[in-house]
Amino acid sequence: MRILQSFARVGHMLRKEFIQTLRDPHTRFLLIGPPVIQMLVFGYAATLEVKHVELAVLDLDNTQESRELVSHFSASRYFEIKRHAARRDELREGIDRGDFLLALEIHSGFAQRLRNGQGASVQVLVDASNSNTALVALGYFSQIGSQFARDYESDRLRRSAPQLASFLPQVELETRPWFNEGLDSQWYFVPGVIGNVMLIMVMMLTAFAVVREREIGTLEQVMVTPIRRWEFILGKTLPFLLIGSFDATLISLFGTFWFGVPFRGNVAVLALGLTAYLLAALGLGLYLSTISATQQQAMIASFFFIMPMITLSGFGNPISSMPAFFQKLSPINPMTHIMVVLRGVYLKGVGLEILWPHIAAMAGLAAILLSVSVLRFHKSLE
Amino acid sequence: MSGRRILAMTRKEVIQIRRDPLSLMVIIALPLIQLLIFGYAVNLDIKHIPLCVYDRDATQTSQDLLKRFQATDYFRVVHLADSYRDVVRQIDYGVCTVAVVVPPQFSERLRSNGQASVQALLDASDANTANIGMAYALSIVQAYSERVQIDWRERHGLAAVAAAVTFQPRTWFNEDLVSMAAIVPGVVAIVMAVVGAFLTSLTIAREWERGTMEQLISTPVGKLEIQIGKLAPYFVIGMMDTAVCAGVAVWWFGVPFRGSWTVLFGCSMLFLVVVMSLGYLISVTSTSQLGASQLAMLATFLPTFLLSGFLFPIEQMPVPVQWVTRVLPARYFVFILRNVFLKGTSVRSMAGQLAALAIIAVVLITLATRAFHKKLE
Repeated sequence: MRILQSFARVGHMLRKEFIQTLRDPHTRFLLIGPPVIQMLVFGYAATLEVKHVELAVLDLDNTQESRELVSHFSASRYFEIKRHAARRDELREGIDRGDFLLALEIHSGFAQRLRNGQGASVQVLVDASNSNTALVALGYFSQIGSQFARDYESDRLRRSAPQLASFLPQVELETRPWFNEGLDSQWYFVPGVIGNVMLIMVMMLTAFAVVREREIGTLEQVMVTPIRRWEFILGKTLPFLLIGSFDATLISLFGTFWFGVPFRGNVAVLALGLTAYLLAALGLGLYLSTISATQQQAMIASFFFIMPMITLSGFGNPISSMPAFFQKLSPINPMTHIMVVLRGVYLKGVGLEILWPHIAAMAGLAAILLSVSVLRFHKSLE
Repeated sequence: MSGRRILAMTRKEVIQIRRDPLSLMVIIALPLIQLLIFGYAVNLDIKHIPLCVYDRDATQTSQDLLKRFQATDYFRVVHLADSYRDVVRQIDYGVCTVAVVVPPQFSERLRSNGQASVQALLDASDANTANIGMAYALSIVQAYSERVQIDWRERHGLAAVAAAVTFQPRTWFNEDLVSMAAIVPGVVAIVMAVVGAFLTSLTIAREWERGTMEQLISTPVGKLEIQIGKLAPYFVIGMMDTAVCAGVAVWWFGVPFRGSWTVLFGCSMLFLVVVMSLGYLISVTSTSQLGASQLAMLATFLPTFLLSGFLFPIEQMPVPVQWVTRVLPARYFVFILRNVFLKGTSVRSMAGQLAALAIIAVVLITLATRAFHKKLE
């Protein structure tokens, strides 16, 4: 009997929350708009690929060899020759203005040095104010350079010693990118965004919903009703768990059907992982609500958590490149685990046998966060 | 317009902020934390990629090649596999991102046919790391291949010429290619967007939500005076954050600063006016703090983080998205900051960006003032 009553009270609470959340067209938009917009922006904008880098060329040698080198660049999909400069000043000015990021300067005597077998050097000017693009582009340069040198060498050997040419030893590297054969950035970012958006949504909604009652003063009103505290907490958090699950489904479908990211694993595994993750986010949101008295504080506090959590989760940068200290810290971040689960399920198609430690870790974190915040929440009501 | 009324408004807001010293501290510490994270943890330079090695040849030659992988900073050998299945397992479990497999008879083939190949298997679910790892692996194998050719030429009595083309890169503006230097401008922009738009949008939405806005309106204070008075303290906080960010970046992390401090603060003020107007516009169009904060997130934080070009280069985005970035104030501000920090170019070279910011500011202020007027009726 008492349990039934209790269920009824949680039910009322749920109804109140849903009415409150859904009655305002603004808020209704907030439940669907931001996640979808974030998905679109991330999907289209977040690319670390470096293609068609704008390049200027100053060819002071103007020989067959130098033109051959330039054509190696124009043939590559990494570079786009924006200008053939005539003077050195043009390079400097163009880089200053930001017309192109790189400039290639082939000195006179380039071909002569090559023919003498001396090894020729070419100057490259790099606008490194975006260090990532610059680094990657420099890598492409050396690839193209050795390709050119190799072509030139075998060409020459064919002319001078044709009988030996076919025996010139060479070691090739065959590369096989698994799971994402086209090395498509979208495939990498889109699954990650689901974890990102879910954290922001669920954590903020939960924290704000509770703090709002406190700020407006309706929390006392709720507390004088016969509702028990755990019922209140359940009634407060359950709607956001449902809304979060709805949004997660929505943007997962978006990722698959709009961006065409393959889904190779098992839906049930994903659902299990996301549930554990959402619970952890809920726990965190509830915890924030216990440490903040106003919504402004809740906002600042959630920012305090969101930024480091996202940047240290391996969402955009591999954890293996971080310093050891941060690598050790990363298992206590639920987002680290959901990233592994999301990419594992979407791209690798691996199942529970591989992902269970991560799901278990999230469940454990959720349990800790929820119990700590429920305990604190009790206190903060008294 | 009365200076006294504006001051009274400001004093009220300052009292409200001071009641909550913890939040204030967090707001000022936020840029520090971001800089520390970006400075120490999120190095965009990808190194120590976990590598798994499977040597099916197990000869001196294959070991020579694999030693080259061990010798670089780019890879860290985490596993020596003993079967192909083991390799697959390591990649599935995420233990390694790259696996190098030397096929059987590698050295045999190299000696007799002159042609041999090794395999690199990459976990490309992280496309970026895979791409960079691929480039590293390629350059290691190419270097090895060149070494082999030189040895071979010597044995066959051919002139040991190295006709290689070497590139002498001269990197400008960020000579050591530290990602920190490229990131700091972005962090400054993010922090200012957050402080400027988030806090502003909440401060007015709060008055609506608590019903104190009506009380404010019933006083003789004008709407422009409310606007200026309420925003002034946040303006000061925003500028303090800028100073903290720039100071830490330059003196702690050693990011070069080549422009003038006057230009930095002048442009920051302009940007702050833009984001604060945006926050103000958001707050008058939404009546709850939750709504305001979510909209502020969408309108400021997200575009500043993703579309301003500080983390992801704009030229690499699809063309429609590139068009969208043109209306974003953050894009122009990041450009200006990069110029001020790294390039040290004159104000004239960023006149276009400054003009764009000014136009956006005027448009936003007009919109916000109008929207606020409607609300009063």
